[in-house]
Amino acid sequence: MAVMEARCSSSVMLREFACEQNFLSQPDGSASFVHGDTSVYAGVYGPAEVKVSKEIYDRATLEVLIQPKVGLPGVRERSQEQCVRETCEASLLLSLHPRSSLTLILQVLHDDGSLLSCLLNAACMSLMDAGLPMSCLFCGVTCAIDADGQIITDPTAAQEKESRALMTFAIDSKKHNVLMTSTKGSFSVNELQQCIAVSQKASEKLFQFYRDSVRRRYSKTL
Amino acid sequence: MAAGFKTAEPLEYHRSFLKENCRPDGRELSEFRTTTLNIGSISTADGSALVKLGNTTVICGIKAELANPPVEGPGKGYIVPNVDLPPLCSSRFRPGPPGEQAQAASQFIADVIESSEVIQTEDLCIERGKLCWVLYCDLMCLDYDGNLLDACIVALLAALKNTQLPDVTISTETSAPEVNLEKRRGLHIHKHPVATSFCIFDDSVLIVDPTAEEESLATAQLAVVTDEEGRLCSLHKPGGTSLSGEKLQECISRATVRQREIQKLINKVLHSVKTDQ
Repeated sequence: MAVMEARCSSSVMLREFACEQNFLSQPDGSASFVHGDTSVYAGVYGPAEVKVSKEIYDRATLEVLIQPKVGLPGVRERSQEQCVRETCEASLLLSLHPRSSLTLILQVLHDDGSLLSCLLNAACMSLMDAGLPMSCLFCGVTCAIDADGQIITDPTAAQEKESRALMTFAIDSKKHNVLMTSTKGSFSVNELQQCIAVSQKASEKLFQFYRDSVRRRYSKTL
Repeated sequence: MAAGFKTAEPLEYHRSFLKENCRPDGRELSEFRTTTLNIGSISTADGSALVKLGNTTVICGIKAELANPPVEGPGKGYIVPNVDLPPLCSSRFRPGPPGEQAQAASQFIADVIESSEVIQTEDLCIERGKLCWVLYCDLMCLDYDGNLLDACIVALLAALKNTQLPDVTISTETSAPEVNLEKRRGLHIHKHPVATSFCIFDDSVLIVDPTAEEESLATAQLAVVTDEEGRLCSLHKPGGTSLSGEKLQECISRATVRQREIQKLINKVLHSVKTDQ
């Protein structure tokens, strides 16, 4: 419904990103998120009935499934699923739906770098679309440190390959604190602090985009 | 009375200890459980180590096989880590294909090997484009009482330091590899990565080396991997409640101290193994 594009200038460079919510008819919430050429679809089902073996008596069970573009999900997808699930669990108010299940399905359409951050953004937009109660929003930002020590935000696959270190952060909308980190390559403590600062700056742009895209969507329907 | 309290209100039970800056097992907040290390525990493997962190027990065996080098890197070899969480180690694991935790742990170990460059895959090449070593690093948990990742990394590092690869020559006449089992040499270990795991309780209290019970009650977990130069090889926080910059700094300084302790321990055990022979 609401499609929007944003190009960021100034110090923090992000590729063009776009989002469309509620474009699938069957799921309770859906969203597509595009970072440059990286593209992900997300669908949420729930709160629905839960399998007895997975039932938790005081909160909802969240299941995250990541489907790669080709082939079956492997060990890498499992590790990404864990990151996305625990981030969503931290922001969702799961105790409001005890003994029920939430299923989040993420389909990768194309990976051109910063995939994990795109998955996180798509997840957040689809949870928002499903109208699930959340304590805060979150967004994903990927930073790469190239051979010269320069920090590149939202790198492409080619930039990721050339980088010395790669970090993905999930940042919450309340205090811009770090919810999740996942890193690759070695780096110093100072570089880590710099990357966190840059990601927090970039997250403001993403949250502004979230706000604008939701506002645009609802102002159209009214 | 205390046992009943623990069963009925486990979170409240832990909180009452944390308020006094200690933990139910008598440890301080930033204190590790006793780490015991045994190197060369499996005589049939090319390298092995057994690590105990309190009750948590992980055994690592390294098996070397010959293979064709990968097409995308003809001058490289392979390292294949695999973490197994059998039903034996805890009631939370069921028989069958590896669960999410085991797969996520395997991926974490693979990422640490790649990021820290503990072994350069170029060292595993025997003849460019023709022959290389594959190191299968099998990590099996025998007793699960929390902090699996730290135990796995120590076991892996100690087993790699213990690994002795046989000498391989390619005969000029038949171009078949000839393995000389008598003549063995150790691997070149470039870096010594060590993981330190933390749990966050009630969004604020930071504890190190959590037990299984503490892990299940915590609101977030994170693992910091550092090498001997104080560089970070991995900062793995899969989610959970957020962490402030100062707390993160605290975690990193604790991790560098732990790295030194573990490296000293490994060297001491390796030394005692050598003098025994």
